[in-house]
Amino acid sequence: MFKAKFSGVMRRLSCLALAAGLMIPGTAFAFREGINLPEGVTSISSDIYGLHMLIFWIVVVIGVLVFGAMIISIFLHRKSRGVKPATFHHNTTVEVIWTAIPFLILVGMAIPASQALIEIEDYRDYDMSITVTASQWQWHYEYRGEDVAFYSRLDAKSNAARQLRDRRTVDPEEVDNYLLSVDNKVVVPVDQKVLLLLTADDVIHAWWVPELGGKKDAIPGFVNEMWFEITEPGIYRGQCAELCGRDHAFMPIVVKAVEQDEYEEWLEEQREQTADSGDAADDQVTALDVAR
Amino acid sequence: MESTTATHDDHYHGPASGIRRWLFTTNHKDIGTLYLWFSLIMFFVGGAMAMVIRAELIAPGMNLVDPMFYNQLITVHALVMIFGAVMPAFVGLANWMVPMMIGAPDMALPRMNNWSFWILPIGFTLLLMTFFLPGGAPASGWTIYPPLVLQTGDAFPFLVFSIHVLGISSIMGAMNIIVTIMNLRAPGMGLLKMPIFIWTWLITAYLLIAVMPVLAGAVTMLLTDKYFGTSFFDAAGGGDPVLFQHIFWFFGHPEVYIMILPAFGIISEVIPTFSRKRLFGYEAMVYATAAIAFLSFIVWAHHMFTVGMPIGGLLFFMFTTMLIAVPTGVKIFNWVATMWRGAMTFETPMLFALAFLFLFTIGGFSGLMLAIVPADFQYHDSYFVVAHFHYVLVPGSVFAIMAGVYYWLPKWTGNMYNEFWAKTHFWLTAISVNITFFPQHFVGLAGMPRRIPDYPVQFADWNMVSSLGSFVFGISQLIFVAVIIGCIRGGTRKVDDRVWEGSHGLEWTLPSPAPYHSFDKPPEVR
Ligand SMILES: [Cu+2]
Repeated sequence: MFKAKFSGVMRRLSCLALAAGLMIPGTAFAFREGINLPEGVTSISSDIYGLHMLIFWIVVVIGVLVFGAMIISIFLHRKSRGVKPATFHHNTTVEVIWTAIPFLILVGMAIPASQALIEIEDYRDYDMSITVTASQWQWHYEYRGEDVAFYSRLDAKSNAARQLRDRRTVDPEEVDNYLLSVDNKVVVPVDQKVLLLLTADDVIHAWWVPELGGKKDAIPGFVNEMWFEITEPGIYRGQCAELCGRDHAFMPIVVKAVEQDEYEEWLEEQREQTADSGDAADDQVTALDVAR
Repeated sequence: MESTTATHDDHYHGPASGIRRWLFTTNHKDIGTLYLWFSLIMFFVGGAMAMVIRAELIAPGMNLVDPMFYNQLITVHALVMIFGAVMPAFVGLANWMVPMMIGAPDMALPRMNNWSFWILPIGFTLLLMTFFLPGGAPASGWTIYPPLVLQTGDAFPFLVFSIHVLGISSIMGAMNIIVTIMNLRAPGMGLLKMPIFIWTWLITAYLLIAVMPVLAGAVTMLLTDKYFGTSFFDAAGGGDPVLFQHIFWFFGHPEVYIMILPAFGIISEVIPTFSRKRLFGYEAMVYATAAIAFLSFIVWAHHMFTVGMPIGGLLFFMFTTMLIAVPTGVKIFNWVATMWRGAMTFETPMLFALAFLFLFTIGGFSGLMLAIVPADFQYHDSYFVVAHFHYVLVPGSVFAIMAGVYYWLPKWTGNMYNEFWAKTHFWLTAISVNITFFPQHFVGLAGMPRRIPDYPVQFADWNMVSSLGSFVFGISQLIFVAVIIGCIRGGTRKVDDRVWEGSHGLEWTLPSPAPYHSFDKPPEVR
């Protein structure tokens, strides 16, 4: 077991050495993960992506100017070139300028940021809603008004692979979507405004699927809202984002977006399953009920 | 005290000998030395925890430790680095330098000074011994949010009490610094003639006094919630877990500036010296520092944008947070203007100061991005945040501390440190700090949450890069220790009073090494 793990490390090390040797990232050795925010599949996630890139390029430009001035100064104004130091040490005009210009840039950033925020914080006119109750360390989803409710936990394969090295029976590298797979996915229809009502049973958790845009805390005794409207069918994965104890890393979130008719079918299936297995779902008193 | 010769009168005394010198000392230099050694030891204690954390994260899967122990490590790593390494280092530098820079013989409250140091090791003994208690050390993250922190085992009261002790130490240290600066300045040194390091520490000391009691109140409320049946933070009893976050960050955000304002002060001393040019825009620097301190009190909720705040609150905290970029920018621009058309040399303190300037600015940029609420909904509690605050704390605060140590070490010891090994330390540190923390921006943006001991496989490559960088960073710090010890033991040569060609300020008018009592007679300040 140790050898297997060690060879994994060595394999990656040698890839790294290769990449460093060639200095051509992306050709010799492609890093598997992205290095940027996903643009995502909701209006919120693409708004955020646009905002993120806008601010990123603004700070890049500021960085080029400031670092450029520093680098020029480091090369030109060094004693080894025999320069004599200037004696100026004060200039009110430039102080005013470099106070005012950043302020104006900030106003320029604040306007689109506020617009996006106002849009994100509009929870009205939703098409359907799901109560999400977090607990250590699983998610419970209750489709409001649909008589469908279930728990969602880390899937068995990831669970086997995440045991401490000498106890694990599966290599994490061999598990598809390691730590990002669950037993029961959240299924939602595309092009519908889905409202989540988030709460928790024990400690604070946070619901985060990057491709749906943003996260929100699930707080015991309180109900938080968030919403998304997915434009493309697909499977979107995320994780709990607020430290919630020992297995914080092991309570993923998987959302499956499907067409409306497929969603209806799925709901029907779920209802039948619930009927088969007795009233298990009814026994679950969610914190939402308690809070009321 | 009209002694004009080298012979001393009865009141003059040198240090006691042996352990008594350190236990009972009331001398600002001895106490400064104690603070600095304590900070260095804690830097290695916290660093050892970071090494275990990065070793666990070098590859996906649980490779080394139990998740619960991992959570204990991240919690105590942060507490040790913040309260044990960074803050005591700044207090140590203040103890050494404040009397020497304002022309005073010693600190104003020497006995309290002794006490404020010696309760620090007590506080950390309480904290670190929790690893050996049933249930282990606190594992809730250093932010100790309820309800999670209330699940802590026997460690809980020790955590609360150690925070109380550390807070008392900080408050006493801060009071001492304020009283010293306000009362013991040499005649002629008006407030706007004080060195910038003195200014930044004066403002920092007020921040400490304002917010450490708030933290003490917050942890006391946790204590009564756990043991005495109150429900400040329990919804079932009419309380609110988010209330704790508001109180904690009302302390926590000024705390961030407590760890960076003295760094600004050190950089403002080092850059003019090695540029051989006066600090550009002294008054603007003072006002910018004060503005940052003021703003630090009205931005706290930007640490908790995802708790579900009203939109008015989100907008307010976004705007105030963005506003901090203005005075911070003013400081950066003034430092660049100080370098501009100077005659720079690149001794080790200057190298650390320049690295600070580049890398702290990068941390500032990611901070500005985090201020944008909609974007923060994505960044929040991801590794992007980890990258951000490590950029402002490691190449920010820690590099400034290292710049300050290399800058003043010859004055303290009378010896020059080994420039070759100091520069080796610098380059290894500066390169590895970027290899460690820059990739964390990538995995954070790609969706990796913070505070997880194991992660999806697609984050593996950059995590390995980060871990390898952190090991180099950790090992490089041994060079730092070797250079310091080498310097104390004689260094490469004796230094004169000025030490640096471009040095300025009262501390450089004292002999090297500085005498046990700094200024027996107040110096003249023009
Ligand atoms: Cu959780």
